[in-house]
Amino acid sequence: MFDQLSRRHFLFAGTAAGALTVLPRGAAALTEQKARRLVDKVVNEINAVIASGKPVSGMIRDFERIFRRYADVNIIARSTLGADARRISNGQMRKFVDAFRGYIARKYGKRFNDFVGGRIEVKSVQQVKSWHEVISTVYLQGEAPFEVRFLVSDRSGQDLFFDMLIEGVSMRLSERTEIGSMLDARNGNIDQLIADLRKAG
Amino acid sequence: MRGFAAARIVKPAIALAGVCLIAACTARPPNHPAGEPFDPYEQDNRFVYDYNRALDRTFIRPVAIGYAEGVPVEVQEVVGNFSDNLSLPGAVVNNVLQANMRGAFQDTFRFTVNTTLGIGGLLDPATGFGMAEPTDADFGQTLHVWGVREGAYLVVPVTGPSTERAAAGRFVDLFLDPLSYVIPTPEAYYGTGATVLSKLGDRGRRADTIDSVLYESADGYAQLRSLYLQNRRFELGNGDSSAYLDPYDDPYAEAQEDPYAE
Repeated sequence: MFDQLSRRHFLFAGTAAGALTVLPRGAAALTEQKARRLVDKVVNEINAVIASGKPVSGMIRDFERIFRRYADVNIIARSTLGADARRISNGQMRKFVDAFRGYIARKYGKRFNDFVGGRIEVKSVQQVKSWHEVISTVYLQGEAPFEVRFLVSDRSGQDLFFDMLIEGVSMRLSERTEIGSMLDARNGNIDQLIADLRKAG
Repeated sequence: MRGFAAARIVKPAIALAGVCLIAACTARPPNHPAGEPFDPYEQDNRFVYDYNRALDRTFIRPVAIGYAEGVPVEVQEVVGNFSDNLSLPGAVVNNVLQANMRGAFQDTFRFTVNTTLGIGGLLDPATGFGMAEPTDADFGQTLHVWGVREGAYLVVPVTGPSTERAAAGRFVDLFLDPLSYVIPTPEAYYGTGATVLSKLGDRGRRADTIDSVLYESADGYAQLRSLYLQNRRFELGNGDSSAYLDPYDDPYAEAQEDPYAE
């Protein structure tokens, strides 16, 4: 009797605890799923570009399209300016974001040549603070596989990725260093930076 | 005999390293801005960086590209395997020092399999069997695990970007490698040679990417410093994201900072 009771009690406690842990996990799983779905789409499109065997100019165009659709270019571009982002006009910012998008597409798009014969696979998703990290592995011919993380957030109102970390190296942060150096070399002249960025990459 | 000699050298080396390293790694001043690399020796570092870059342009880069393009890929792989395999015993020692027994066993197992079935490490059957990836543990990482701070950013002649902690670790690793005590001198050079060639191969195969940092960046020095520090911290995390998730005491924490939180 006592044995049964305690077992039922145990079972009940077990279910209650189970429900408690399942509830928030269920809610998180939804966004994890959404983050993963976004990166799945990005990865599928990137894999298609790699497999297409297009010339570099075509790959750059494709990469710019992917970047435009799935990345929060606004926030990436803005954050590469750091504190300088506060002192520029809305018009300059629009032009900067536009120039930045093309620059990134050219700079990283031409790297796609090194990816020929390779592929990316999504492995797992985890929540970090207010965003989700989608962890994937890149397989290249004759190279040890390496990790790429996509950081996905919905704080722009849409699910978009705002950074890509290759073996821990953040694209956003590296570009922040680069844009900072470019701005220093131009004595902080944003218009000159925008003009040169249109040709860079 | 050799065992005694090894113990005689290793013990003082560790003791010496332990004492001077902890004191040697420069502390970051409290007012150092977060998100900025700690680079108090920037002037000297830039000097060495310029020297390294000139060395790369005139010598390393052309030789590396020649090696990567001229030598059959199969040969390059064998050279890489041989060098990777010889690095494993040193990694085992560091795993033990870090109390990472799992890593120590994995690397030992990999070394055993590749040394026997892989014909002295020329082949890499361990990867084919899907065994755990090598930990690549080094003494710089061991110091990190022991709580020694990273110290200032350093550019070392020839090999390039480092930190005070990583550079000191590299030096100690020379003494920690068990193979250096069992392999006699002429044969030991094969291993060193393979490692140099394997590094050249990396430089050659990734020529475009490395060139874009060294020769096309607005400031290659700053770009390389950023890439190195980010990647080194990632490796120290060793696949678990605790180091990666803790943005507060590292200058590159901004990589994980939420850009929406303005």
